[in-house]
Amino acid sequence: MTYQSSLLPLAAIGISLAAAVPIMLSGRKPNLREFWTLLAAVGKFVLVAAMLPSVLAGHGFVLTLAEVVPGVPIQLRVDAMGMYFALVASFLWICTSVYSIGYMRKLKEHDQTRYFAAFALAIAATIGVAFSANLLTLYLFYEMLSLATYPLVTHERNAEARFSGRKYLIYILGTSIGLVLPAMLITYALTGTLDFTVGGILAGQASPATLALLLVLFLLGFAKAAIMPMHGWLPAAMVAPTPVSSFLHGVAVVKVGVFSILRVIFFIFGPALLRELDYGTIITTLTSITILVASLIALTQDNLKRRLAYSTIGQLSYMVLGAGMLTAAGMTGGLLHIAMHAFGKITLFFCAGAIYVASHKKYISEMDGLGRRMPVTYGAFLLGALSIIGIPPLGGFISKWNLLLGAVEADQWVLLLVLLTSSLLNAAYFLPIVYRGFFAGPRDTGAGEVIQEAPLLCLIPLTLTALASVGLFFFPGVFLELVHAALFR
Amino acid sequence: MTSTNLHMYVMMAPLLAAFAVNLLGRVSRAWIGPLSLGALTFSTIGALLTLLRVLHHGAYRYTVGNWQPPFGIELVIDPLSALMLLLVSGVALLATCSALKSVQNELPGREHLFFTLYMILVAGLLGLVLTGDAFNLYVLLEITSITTYGLIAMGSGRAALSSFNYIIMGSIGACFYLLGVGYLYILTGTLNMADIASILPGLNAPAAIATAFAFLLVGLWVKMALFPLHIWLPNAYSQAPTGAGVMIAPLMTKVTIYLMIRVMFSIFSPDYTFFAHAGVQAGIVWAASLAILCASGLALAQRNLRRMLTYILIAEVGYMVGGVWLANGTGMTGAMLHIVNDALMTLCLFLAAAAIIYRTGSLEFDRLHGLYRRMPLTMAAFTVGAFSMIGIPPTCGFFSKWYLLLGAVQAQHWEFVAALLASSLINAVLFFRLFELAYFKPAGEDVPSASQPCGDAPPLLLSPLVLTAVALLVVGLGTGPLIENVIRLALPPGFAP
Repeated sequence: MTYQSSLLPLAAIGISLAAAVPIMLSGRKPNLREFWTLLAAVGKFVLVAAMLPSVLAGHGFVLTLAEVVPGVPIQLRVDAMGMYFALVASFLWICTSVYSIGYMRKLKEHDQTRYFAAFALAIAATIGVAFSANLLTLYLFYEMLSLATYPLVTHERNAEARFSGRKYLIYILGTSIGLVLPAMLITYALTGTLDFTVGGILAGQASPATLALLLVLFLLGFAKAAIMPMHGWLPAAMVAPTPVSSFLHGVAVVKVGVFSILRVIFFIFGPALLRELDYGTIITTLTSITILVASLIALTQDNLKRRLAYSTIGQLSYMVLGAGMLTAAGMTGGLLHIAMHAFGKITLFFCAGAIYVASHKKYISEMDGLGRRMPVTYGAFLLGALSIIGIPPLGGFISKWNLLLGAVEADQWVLLLVLLTSSLLNAAYFLPIVYRGFFAGPRDTGAGEVIQEAPLLCLIPLTLTALASVGLFFFPGVFLELVHAALFR
Repeated sequence: MTSTNLHMYVMMAPLLAAFAVNLLGRVSRAWIGPLSLGALTFSTIGALLTLLRVLHHGAYRYTVGNWQPPFGIELVIDPLSALMLLLVSGVALLATCSALKSVQNELPGREHLFFTLYMILVAGLLGLVLTGDAFNLYVLLEITSITTYGLIAMGSGRAALSSFNYIIMGSIGACFYLLGVGYLYILTGTLNMADIASILPGLNAPAAIATAFAFLLVGLWVKMALFPLHIWLPNAYSQAPTGAGVMIAPLMTKVTIYLMIRVMFSIFSPDYTFFAHAGVQAGIVWAASLAILCASGLALAQRNLRRMLTYILIAEVGYMVGGVWLANGTGMTGAMLHIVNDALMTLCLFLAAAAIIYRTGSLEFDRLHGLYRRMPLTMAAFTVGAFSMIGIPPTCGFFSKWYLLLGAVQAQHWEFVAALLASSLINAVLFFRLFELAYFKPAGEDVPSASQPCGDAPPLLLSPLVLTAVALLVVGLGTGPLIENVIRLALPPGFAP
């Protein structure tokens, strides 16, 4: 891949950063404020998409912002892997923006201005992570995302939100300062660079023990990926409004964690080095435990959003597990699962929010018969769930198929077993929800309260993402191409 | 010898302004603002020109009144001292804007007295930065200390007692320093730093030299409040008038650390400092690590914003002392960078505290509720300052911490790495506790009542604050050029970043 200097990556990040200002200033005019949000969302997607053809053709973009540390400038670089993640995030941000407007207005939420401004900062940081050229720049945007998300997690400003906010910060900020920062420093002290280099930078630079330490520091330090035991913040963060949970805790924040770990595995360590030292086992062991335990806990959750959160924890580890297999199919599957899971999980969260908006119900045990009242929502929920379980013809099948292939390629029958068990568990915690929605409960609710579908602004995005999950099965072309370019070119 | 007198004007402007403020300020209060701001603006521009000149034409020495050393007073203008000159005058200028407003509020009728001491203090700090003479340094140190005692005593409540406490501790520190200078004078017969440095290696009196070295260092450590010699600082700085704290807190400790660097490298040599006595260098890094941990821990116990900041200040002293004593170029780069950064972020936080106390009258934690809504701009700037203290990129605090940590990793001083990381985490707890207070509603209470005034601080308090917050980001992003063009030149020979 060749790189040319361009302002486009900065523009793609900066557009929502800049939009935060007019959003805050037009707090008294909700329509104008929402106009800015949508403008920034569409603008960002257009800017990202504008770079796509060139990246597919093998020409990336680069921009140095500031020289801060010798050999490690604050630098943006658009390569295939960053482009892949940015494309997913910026597309889903449009859906989320529309959904947010419907959700927040219907519930007449307070402080919507602060909400939309913080959201704009968060997506700017997410794209920043995608387009970071080195670990230091990535760390900068990673921290920015942590801080921008805090006001969203604590949006309710009650005792529960305060507690969850604390938990969120202790996990996220504690690990990034306590684990990632020293790991980054040691890497820099060893190699004199932090640049994401194809094949890695650490080969032959340190003893196996040091490398193992670094690997564990990075794996647990990027706590946004919620690898156990660093997962506790994610269920707690579910007190946030549902659009925040769907986008940030289904897509942006958590996948920034996974993306950072994959960057480190592919471009700091390099698959060859990990294969040589056989350190893939460290990764696969940690993630296998997370997958199984998280799926089992998800079974026991009655709060719908918490069940989704534990499901997310399990699915995030799929992606890291795939990378840890260090085989072509495994890495492809892991990276591909970022997009496939994103579309599926955001649909599920959108549905959870739509159910809450329409019925104010949070607990699965209360949702008997709701599907008959909200067929569109429940239909979308079913599609999202099937995609995450990994059933054709939905996008999730493609990534899971690759993961299974990877396990076979690596001759790791245990991993194959883990993946299959987990798929069964996924089905066990998702499908009863749909079943109860359509078939359980009293046949006839009488003339009392009548529950209807959520507002159209909520319904359109969730239908769109659900259909996209189907579409991705038949047309995974762009994503597959980007993943292949990221891994093998 | 050189033809420029620019740095003299930089130093003399506040001194002359002090007299003018005293005389004209008696006639009308209206004189004070323009005079002090004018003098400091002049100094800041002069300092900037001096720095540019040094970077272009190299360091130079200046003999005051053309009396040749070793008898006359010599000033040294090298990259580091020129940078400090700019830092001191710039920070003082910004602090003065805020001080004018808060002194008017807190000490009505005594403003001319306050600003007389204040401007002499600035002149003293500028002199300290420039001097190349060990005894001259003592005199200027006393000038700054005595004016500080006076300024602190003007505060309300128990300020007089705190000032007295400071006088005792400060005098002990000064005595130690003076004893050290005495030893050196007996040994070498000169007070000029460069002269001493050239004579010392030829002497065969290791015990006497070591004693002098120890006295000088301990004296300065008392003055800079290195834990556990810090006891005077929290009371003195938190009970001083707001206007005094805003200037003293960012500058006093930082200038003293600069003086420590001068003593270590201009009077003694890096070789002597680091390697002459086994265990000393490592011991001091250990002591600095403990200082950071203890001071951070004490900060956790505070329930008043300004007292909390004073303990953070003490922890930061540990950062810089430890950084210099890591004995490698990276650590020293980090320490020097941190002098600049810490001055700016302390300034930012104290300015924010000044704005908050001006509006709400209190800095107790239980009175800070709902501040984000009431003073959005002040709190935005405060947030930037706090992020810099925690060390979140791209604020400048992150980058100096990066160099300090890297230096510690290179020197294999893992205890210092651990202390720095722990202190960052504690800072995160400290500040997020505040954010939480200012962001959430008080328990069981609704919207703040009418008794708490709304609206941001007046422009004279707000503009320096916002400017400092922006500077934190600009300096952070300009770290590379700053190190490449200035700090690299200030490192002793043989040490590369």
